[in-house]
Amino acid sequence: MKTVYVDNNATTKVAPEVREAMMPYFSEFYGNPSSMHFFGGQVQRKVNEAREKVAELLGADPSEIVFTSCGTESDNAAILGTLDSYPEKRHFVTSRVEHPAVGNVATYLGRKGYRITELSVDREGRLDLDELKEALADGTGILSVMYANNETGVMFPIEEIGQIVKERGIPFHTDAVQAVGKIPLNLQKSTIDLLSLSGHKLHAPKGIGVLYIRKGTKFSPFLIGGHQEKGRRGGTENVPYIVALGKACELAKKNMKDENTRVKALSDYLEQKILEKIPNVLVNGDSKHRLPNTVSVSFEYVEGESILLMLSDLGICASSGSACTSGSLEPSHVLRAMGVPFTAAHGSIRFSLSVYNTKEEMDYIIEHLPPIIQRLRDISPFWKDYLKAQGKV
Amino acid sequence: MWEYTDKVKDHFLNPRNVGEIEHPDGAGEVGSLACGDALRLSFKLDEKKRIRDVKFKTFGCASAIASSSALTEIIKGMTMEEAEKVSNQDIANYLGGLPEEKMHCSVMGREALEAAIANYRGQKVTKEEFEVVCKCFGVTDREIMKAIRENDLRTVEQVTYYTKAGGGCAGCHPKIEALIEKARKEMEKEAPPKKPERKKLTNIQKMRLIEETIGREIVPALKADGGDLDLIDIDGSKVYVALRGKCSFCPSSEVTLKQYVESKLREFVSDDIEVEEVRP
Repeated sequence: MKTVYVDNNATTKVAPEVREAMMPYFSEFYGNPSSMHFFGGQVQRKVNEAREKVAELLGADPSEIVFTSCGTESDNAAILGTLDSYPEKRHFVTSRVEHPAVGNVATYLGRKGYRITELSVDREGRLDLDELKEALADGTGILSVMYANNETGVMFPIEEIGQIVKERGIPFHTDAVQAVGKIPLNLQKSTIDLLSLSGHKLHAPKGIGVLYIRKGTKFSPFLIGGHQEKGRRGGTENVPYIVALGKACELAKKNMKDENTRVKALSDYLEQKILEKIPNVLVNGDSKHRLPNTVSVSFEYVEGESILLMLSDLGICASSGSACTSGSLEPSHVLRAMGVPFTAAHGSIRFSLSVYNTKEEMDYIIEHLPPIIQRLRDISPFWKDYLKAQGKV
Repeated sequence: MWEYTDKVKDHFLNPRNVGEIEHPDGAGEVGSLACGDALRLSFKLDEKKRIRDVKFKTFGCASAIASSSALTEIIKGMTMEEAEKVSNQDIANYLGGLPEEKMHCSVMGREALEAAIANYRGQKVTKEEFEVVCKCFGVTDREIMKAIRENDLRTVEQVTYYTKAGGGCAGCHPKIEALIEKARKEMEKEAPPKKPERKKLTNIQKMRLIEETIGREIVPALKADGGDLDLIDIDGSKVYVALRGKCSFCPSSEVTLKQYVESKLREFVSDDIEVEEVRP
């Protein structure tokens, strides 16, 4: 069966170049970078090289790059490591649409006695910057908001937010797991103090992440151990994956233009054709400020898991914010925070593309999606009710 | 990804009996758009009052559609009395099982059937008569109690999997806990809990236990009636014994053996014990 993989916000294919670059570090070059001998030294140099490549993609200094095990670790370390440095600050500000790696840290901090402010979003998934200004207080230890939303692709105005936070002298963290590699960044000219990224979202393997920590930012290590990562993250370096991430960042820089032209055009094409061919579809999120690769739409009167499984039967891999796909009973917290009407919240589908997708694949989706939606609407009791109410039958 | 059986996948991709019957004899609808699933069921009876035709429409996930389709196949040809005995477990079993988190789909099927039968009989099922425990999903105490009893549920999490109650704001969790306690007390009263499953015995353990049981439980009772019993041999689950004293010429010895010795050995050793008398 043909596989059309359009779930790249969940994870991506390891690029063949990345795989090739990392393999020798499982076999020939297995030294410990901390060792004094030449065998470890040659590995240390490759780790440094990778650090430089990551820094280059981010527009950062290599000394500001800390390798971690994943995006979740980076988020946890950023928030908890910063708050640990400011024990007198007992207020945490974030948004209602964060990834659980931040959202559940907020819940945890709440249980620990912190005051938590979760900023709301509007119907398009946008923050209200006035609400943000009012939320900040002298006791605010850190603000953490995502760069781009994983479900809708909506991007927050990070630099505007950063300006507001900087005026108050509050540390600023952003979970940029979905943004890195898809949109150009220049952290040297940014207001961001801490930034999380995850390797497997940009064609490196699962199990490697980065926390960017701006020079001069107060930070207590989250993983306490050896001197690795300049004492900011203990644990022997995951050398093969670090090398892989370096290579992936190099490729991402090279592919940045393609991502923002060809991939963006494919996403737009897919969205436009879906809207054209299928009635009662809502686009989720602010389409003007959105990742180039993400299309999030809701099909009214049908349920997301059913759509996904019918797509899956045809080899198409997408995802949904519907309740049933996650095992919870309520639709995604992102769509609920946005106030997506319940006729549509259960029928949301996300297509997230990568540089490996083609126009033929979009046409394959466009060919097969309308009959699937029609089939499910024929089974749904509400579709006919709706048509009747509209006087269409 | 959910682990669905092939039967679930088949009934999802090729659902049977989709549609709505015009002028049905009975029709019922449960769930809503807000809840994320809903089922509308309608049927028509033949002259023998059996379900001749049944149709469904479902909004929901794969297992909701498959459960609805399975329900229609199960009840086709049934009388009302037969249909009202169909449980959510029957629906799940028909599909070769459902993931526990998805059991509420089978409960939805049973509830729609119940509503349709009530509609046929001219009864009105109104939620108002019962307390709505879970406000997020509109689940009543009656529905929760029924699910606990029919599916032997023990935790709030299980109740959520089966009825959705408690899956939203979690505000009703204490109430659900109280309902579980209430239902379990009622259930215990009706059927006292069975003895826990016995540990599997090794051969030597089994033999020792048989000897012990005969010595402690059986012989004293026989002696009280002037009889006695010797253990001759044990072969797997067959126990060969010889009766002594009064018992050996008692015409009702076979009854004694079967009903008394065997039942004692089955009670204390293993359910599969068979006793045979060895005559001299």
